[in-house]
Amino acid sequence: MAAPRVGVVTFPGSLDDRDAARAVRIAGAEPVSLWHGDADLKGVDAVVLPGGFSYGDYLRCGAIARFAPIMTEIVPAARSGNLPVLGICNGFQILCESQLLPGALTRNASRHFICRDQLIRVEAADTVWTNGYSPGQELLIPLKSGEGNYVADPETIAELKRDNRVVVRYVDSAPNGSMDNIAGVTNEHRNVVGLMPHPEHAVEALTGPSTDGLGFFTSLLAHLTGSTPVPETAG
Amino acid sequence: MARVIVDVMLKPEILDPQGQAILGACERLGFSGVTQVRQGKRFEIDLEGEADEARLAEIRKLAETLLANPVIEDFSLRVE
Repeated sequence: MAAPRVGVVTFPGSLDDRDAARAVRIAGAEPVSLWHGDADLKGVDAVVLPGGFSYGDYLRCGAIARFAPIMTEIVPAARSGNLPVLGICNGFQILCESQLLPGALTRNASRHFICRDQLIRVEAADTVWTNGYSPGQELLIPLKSGEGNYVADPETIAELKRDNRVVVRYVDSAPNGSMDNIAGVTNEHRNVVGLMPHPEHAVEALTGPSTDGLGFFTSLLAHLTGSTPVPETAG
Repeated sequence: MARVIVDVMLKPEILDPQGQAILGACERLGFSGVTQVRQGKRFEIDLEGEADEARLAEIRKLAETLLANPVIEDFSLRVE
């Protein structure tokens, strides 16, 4: 069977598209470069929206990228539950701006840009992107962002908790001030996941603090190749 | 030609670290009596022709869709 094809979108200002493609390859899939200006998914099986500063983060992080031609293809396919999408850092911000995920990412409460290896805890191991982890498993992966403070209204936070849609939390406390220590969330179909820390930077012992991040990409492969049960749609 | 002004502010319950940093600078500079600073954005939008109701409805849609994120921000709109 041919390796699944995973698209990695490059926006003007994307930084981590190459690392994301590398993580996809190390996990055993074929990375496919997608261009923000082309409304063409090239038949990929899943999409990664990488970190960086798309369109210079002008207006708000992710606010302009949300309307890129490629997003007109991604948004309906992701919303229907059919297309797995992982948004990392700026990609998470784009998913929130696109309303594929609830809430928003605002400036770090500390006012500092944070760049460090961060412990996070897997809360939901039943998403397309986290089925290879165990609930409660702790991961050490890099966090590098100035606007990673997750906010949502109390009803949304309650809904996320009730439906086990908080995917990962910061261990001990959120360095950026995120509500309820939320580091990443998923949608009701559990095919779209966004998180601020960077799993694609923790896939090789040589360059990362661990290889804990690889599980996001191998989870996707397991899902696509049917070697784990497909998560049932919640709603 | 008409000019429409759209002001965008973080909702009151959303933390504004930029405003806090400015407040700190006010104190250091000796501007006493300042109790709070909140920072927002002002957009000046120039239109062809008159800013009639239909055009203003369009600009309101633009503000909701692009200029402000309704999850964290409020906006107000006026013709200058």
